[in-house]
Amino acid sequence: MTDSPLASPSARGTGAAVLAELGRVVVLPVHLAMRLLDGPMRGIQRVIGARRMAYLFLLPNFAFFGLFVFLPIGINIVFSVTGGTALFPSERPYVGGDQFAYLLDCGSYLDPGTCREDHFWRGVANTIKFVVFQVAAMVLLSLITALVLNMKIRGRGFFRAVYFFPVLLSPVVVALIWKWILQRDGLLNAAITTLGGQKILFFVDPSWAMFWAVFVSVWAHMGFYTLILLAGLQAIPADLYEAAEMDATPRWRVLLRITLPLLWPNMIVVIVLALIKGAQTFDEVFVLTGGGPGTATLMVVQYIYETAFSNQVQNFGLAAAASVVLGVVLFVLTLLQFAAARRKEV
Amino acid sequence: MRLAGLLGQRRNGRGHPLHWTDIAAYAYLALGVVLMFGPVLWLVLSSFKTQSALLEFPPSLLPFSQVEVTVPGQPQPLPLFRATLPDGSVRELAQVRRIGLIAQMVDPADPSQQFRVAIDKRQPVRRIALATENYSEPLQRFAFLRFLSNSVFVTVIATLLTLLINSMAAYALAVYEFRGKTAATLAVIGTLMIPMTIILVPVYLVVTKLGLVNSLWAVILPGAATPTGVFLLRQYMLTLPKDLIEAARMDKASEWQIYWRIILPLSLPALAVLAIFSIMWRWNEFLWPLAVLTKTETYTLQIGLNAFQGELQTQWHYLLAMTVVTLIPVALVFVFLQRFITTGIGSTGMK
Repeated sequence: MTDSPLASPSARGTGAAVLAELGRVVVLPVHLAMRLLDGPMRGIQRVIGARRMAYLFLLPNFAFFGLFVFLPIGINIVFSVTGGTALFPSERPYVGGDQFAYLLDCGSYLDPGTCREDHFWRGVANTIKFVVFQVAAMVLLSLITALVLNMKIRGRGFFRAVYFFPVLLSPVVVALIWKWILQRDGLLNAAITTLGGQKILFFVDPSWAMFWAVFVSVWAHMGFYTLILLAGLQAIPADLYEAAEMDATPRWRVLLRITLPLLWPNMIVVIVLALIKGAQTFDEVFVLTGGGPGTATLMVVQYIYETAFSNQVQNFGLAAAASVVLGVVLFVLTLLQFAAARRKEV
Repeated sequence: MRLAGLLGQRRNGRGHPLHWTDIAAYAYLALGVVLMFGPVLWLVLSSFKTQSALLEFPPSLLPFSQVEVTVPGQPQPLPLFRATLPDGSVRELAQVRRIGLIAQMVDPADPSQQFRVAIDKRQPVRRIALATENYSEPLQRFAFLRFLSNSVFVTVIATLLTLLINSMAAYALAVYEFRGKTAATLAVIGTLMIPMTIILVPVYLVVTKLGLVNSLWAVILPGAATPTGVFLLRQYMLTLPKDLIEAARMDKASEWQIYWRIILPLSLPALAVLAIFSIMWRWNEFLWPLAVLTKTETYTLQIGLNAFQGELQTQWHYLLAMTVVTLIPVALVFVFLQRFITTGIGSTGMK
């Protein structure tokens, strides 16, 4: 990636200003607390020596990692090979690969209806459909937007902000905004009827529900990917364009021969990141459609959440097994991302 | 106009005629403004409409409401209409009741004058009115303030905790040489790859074991150590001059003093970036709180909103107002720190 923005003087200035504001309220008690630690810390240092203080500094963070990341990974694997309804691993009978076998038991993998755990497979099918359309739309739209925002246009900063704004909104707010617009008597149906059309029940029709799930997700996150591509565009050396202009190269040719090839590493990052985040999609779609109509927009993560936490089911083992499957997929995607990032550095 | 260069071309565009691509670009951007800001604006406008105005179809753009007048002898304020009388004259009348297609109306100035008007011969008298009760009523009637304070508590405490423990770890990884440093760095990278969704169930178990279900600490603690935070801070601390630390050691400063008196103040810009991100993450968090908070009094705003939209299917007027309140901090952050955030995200790939 590019250099840290933190090192730039402007970022330094703004950051300090922000903190100065916060500081008066928050820093003083923290300051006092830290000061109280002075004595004990000096004592510990006298015992273990200055160099080993590193372990002490690492300790709190790794305690949290251990408790809430490393330990859970282990438990998750235990969960996935045990059955029953108990929450505590010691009370759960060992069932080996039964959970996975149950999850993967399918007449035909192409038809979720033939699977024993059909909701999981509908979740898989929906997530794949969602990710394919979402990534395609995301890459295309953020590429166009980044190209346009990279032009010498008036109010560039303003337009950049416009596309970025939804990234900051919470998934619930995003979903509620669009639910409000897309409801039966909403703004969009008003526009459609004014133009002479019939009201459409967007969340009753399965294909419309999926369309809007993708649309809303692209709307909310496009700005993030646009920024990554914009950073890539601005890293392309200007003299290449100057040379192209000397030769009076047509614009479309400049785009195809210079811009796109040099932007390719960023495009890969965008594609892989969008794939990873798309596979994890839950909140927006859940609030927007609740997974419906029926199971038309049920995603894998919603399946995991409901299998584990909804009042009727509470099948932790099956949820854990499903999350292991999802985890493997995400792991592969993450490896791809690292490979892409490494290629970019070279 | 100085317009030139689509697709990253750099020209000294003076005097160039407008290329069609420039016009297309501006059209695209204009559409973008409508599509990106429009929905949020529509939400805000709608949140000021009265319940009856919200049910109108097609909806009006601005929050209009019907004028009501108090008429002597009537217990309730009556809605005011502009009625066309059979003789062709137009008068402003208050409607007493409606029977089928006929409305019984009176002159508000002189209630003894009664009229019978066909309902298609009358138009409601309306003016712009902000239904601020959409905002004030949920504050009293629902646990909205509770949700708000829960969200603020979670956001503030979690951010402070994240800043503290992440900066300590970053300091260790940036400044010291010690056995296991590579392993520790790899462990941090490893945790980057594990999204919360994957380990939802076992983290729930850990939180249960700690007796934290339905406590706000269950939301605060699991996300406190973020690998992105450690990375960001470490990267910044590596750029700080090592001589400072050496000088402080000469002056007999303890390692702890060096950390919080020298390194932390110098890392303020990086800490500010992490603080902003942490605030955004925590304020917007949904799935995890949804899993661990089941009692209404522990709900955060996001969970509360989601619960409301299930319960208050018909009460959009409250729901919209509460949604607007939820996005106020985000809007403030955006207005003041937009440039700062976009550079931060653009170059670190954080979100």
